Amino acid sequence: MATSIAHTAFARRHLLTCEGLTAGEINALLDLADKAAESNRQVIKKRDVLRGRTLINLFFEASTRTQSSFELAGKRLGADVMNMNVATSSVSKGETLIDTAMTLNAMRPDILVVRHHAAGAVELLAQKVDCAVINAGDGAHQHPTQALLDALTIRRAKGRVSGLTVAICGDILHSRVARSNINLLNTLGALVRVVAPSTLLPAEVKRLGVEVFTDMNEGLDGADIVMMLRLQRERMQGSYVPSTREYFHFFGLDHEKLARAKPDALIMHPGPMNRGVEIASTIADHSRSVIRDQVEMGVAVRMAVLEAMARLLPNH
Amino acid sequence: MRKNGSPAEEGTAFLNARLIDPASGKDEPGGLLVKGDVIADLGGHLRRNAPDRAKVVDCKGHVLCPGLIDMQVFTGEPGQEHRETLKTASHAAAAGGVTTMVVMPDTEPVIDQVALVDFIQRRARDNAVVNVHVMAAMTRGLKGQDMTEIGLMKRAGAIAFTNGKASVANTRVMRNVLLYAKDFGALIVHHTEDPHLTEGTVMNSGEVATRLGLPGVNKAAETIVLERDVRLVEITGGRYHASGLTCAESIAVIRSAKARKLPVTCGVSINHLTLNENDIGPYRTFFRVKPPLRSEDDRTAMVRALAAGDVDVIVSSHDPQDADTKRHPFAEAADGAIGLETLLAAALRLYHNGEIGLMPLLKAMTINPAKLLGLACGRLEKNAPADLVLVDLGQPWVVDKALLKARSKNSPFDESKMQGRVLQTMVAGSTVYQYAGADRT
Repeated sequence: MATSIAHTAFARRHLLTCEGLTAGEINALLDLADKAAESNRQVIKKRDVLRGRTLINLFFEASTRTQSSFELAGKRLGADVMNMNVATSSVSKGETLIDTAMTLNAMRPDILVVRHHAAGAVELLAQKVDCAVINAGDGAHQHPTQALLDALTIRRAKGRVSGLTVAICGDILHSRVARSNINLLNTLGALVRVVAPSTLLPAEVKRLGVEVFTDMNEGLDGADIVMMLRLQRERMQGSYVPSTREYFHFFGLDHEKLARAKPDALIMHPGPMNRGVEIASTIADHSRSVIRDQVEMGVAVRMAVLEAMARLLPNH
Repeated sequence: MRKNGSPAEEGTAFLNARLIDPASGKDEPGGLLVKGDVIADLGGHLRRNAPDRAKVVDCKGHVLCPGLIDMQVFTGEPGQEHRETLKTASHAAAAGGVTTMVVMPDTEPVIDQVALVDFIQRRARDNAVVNVHVMAAMTRGLKGQDMTEIGLMKRAGAIAFTNGKASVANTRVMRNVLLYAKDFGALIVHHTEDPHLTEGTVMNSGEVATRLGLPGVNKAAETIVLERDVRLVEITGGRYHASGLTCAESIAVIRSAKARKLPVTCGVSINHLTLNENDIGPYRTFFRVKPPLRSEDDRTAMVRALAAGDVDVIVSSHDPQDADTKRHPFAEAADGAIGLETLLAAALRLYHNGEIGLMPLLKAMTINPAKLLGLACGRLEKNAPADLVLVDLGQPWVVDKALLKARSKNSPFDESKMQGRVLQTMVAGSTVYQYAGADRT
């Protein structure tokens, strides 16, 4: 697949954003992830690409899915993995992000996987440490491995990404998943739409290369992929949407709205889901839902990223 | 406030100068004689010949103009002296050619009562090398609720009244402050940003903020408050100055208010004249200021408004922040940039780029704020205070934070190439800064 595009090996010290990744780099990572997905289905899943290496999961924001996915990916490649839940440790004692980073740096990890609630925080941290850094989500900015796993899921199900119409629906304003996917899917040649009430659309979002819809039925019309985003309930307080009931009525994915998409359209969600808020329960468990595949591909993509980055680690 | 009673009974003669007086619009070769703390004489007849026994300064054709007046300077005194004191700020001012600075009440405690106005004045008199005036709080604790003792503080020396970095959300409070201040002829200086629209935002809204994933605020947040305030000026007649505007929409409001002869003026910070939101780049916190940097279109609109005379005053909005408030992710860092030492050099960028003439540029930093605040300085005329700055307009230099005199080093111009150097600064007849020739170029 994608034989015409050069598969340039991913050769970056850090993975911080999808902005600027080339199609060649992305496809090379997805190829590697395809192999990882196969090996993950074997009885013996462990390899030794990262043997002797230390991977630290540094999560300033609670996460189950992403953190365990990176942990598993690291362990399957033979790394020593440590989980630091910073939300409950030194930060509450007043230590700044940079001081925390410097402290961890002194412990000489090889790879840091970082999630932080502030946009740009992971990039700031990457400037201060000597090891490789992977952004596992920074505020409303980026979550590159999520976009990679979404692309992998799409590519495996549809055989391609290029030319597909992808509708990203829901809270675009606060979503790093949306921003990462907009960048990455555009680079791979998909036609990206965003669908949301105007209060949940960032200013000038058109300039990121998307078609903007505020009506779900129009936005889903003829879509190959329906990608739902989580509505954070705290958005109710800021008067972004009046109620979950009204939100579900107009923007929740149900059978009626789904019928506007192509008959073979895939249903995706980065999780965790609010059933009955942005997605009807029966849709989440629909035969065309690939939500559980996304989780599986998450581990594979993270293994691919770690493997590609391991090649650049000193003394490899 | 003035230090060092001048020892020069015989005076100092600045010869071979290019005298620029923005008050009269004169720009001509000549000389200027300082005696005591005032300008004793000036003009073409002093170009080459000094009176006997006067100390002679050969200006070598460089510009001699009134020292700059900066009406928006934040310091850390009292409460945050590790960031900046009146003393360190005044040395930064002197190095930047600023001879009069107006300090803001956003301190700990807030300057909202007579004793604190007095405290600042005494500390400045004893420690500062430039003229310092106090802009006092117009509501207690800058909370926007209860009016301060405007009359008593004005009598104690407060030069104007402001709500600091915060807009007054309560329209009734704003109306009453304007109405009450009018009886005392007090000037109200207001930061115009709707607090509800601004809450939680960290930069201008638009494509850049969207790409960076940062919460942005539309510039309408500024114009909305300004429009309300102008309506209030209309019904109260209070003297009103919008402290730092950033966009053409706000300028349209100012222009219409002035056309209706309302007592309304406005300022712009040097940051909004010379920088834009793209400078934030990869989350550079030194470019996080309040109000936020806008688009390049907004910047050029502000420069045009300045050239057209719609904008009255340029301020540095000097706001020292240190590592513990700036070395954070962008959304968690403090607002503010230092600017006293780079004010003139940054402003001269606009002149060198051909965006504005020298005279309107200097007016906005000398005679305009002097008139607004009722100060005798800011002009070159006989018996005016000898607050002067000698500037080499062409000299190139590179800003190096290690060489800055400000105690905090959060300059958005660090490592920037500048053209135009302050050679000497004089306050009340005493030299408070002399360029030592130690720049990086």
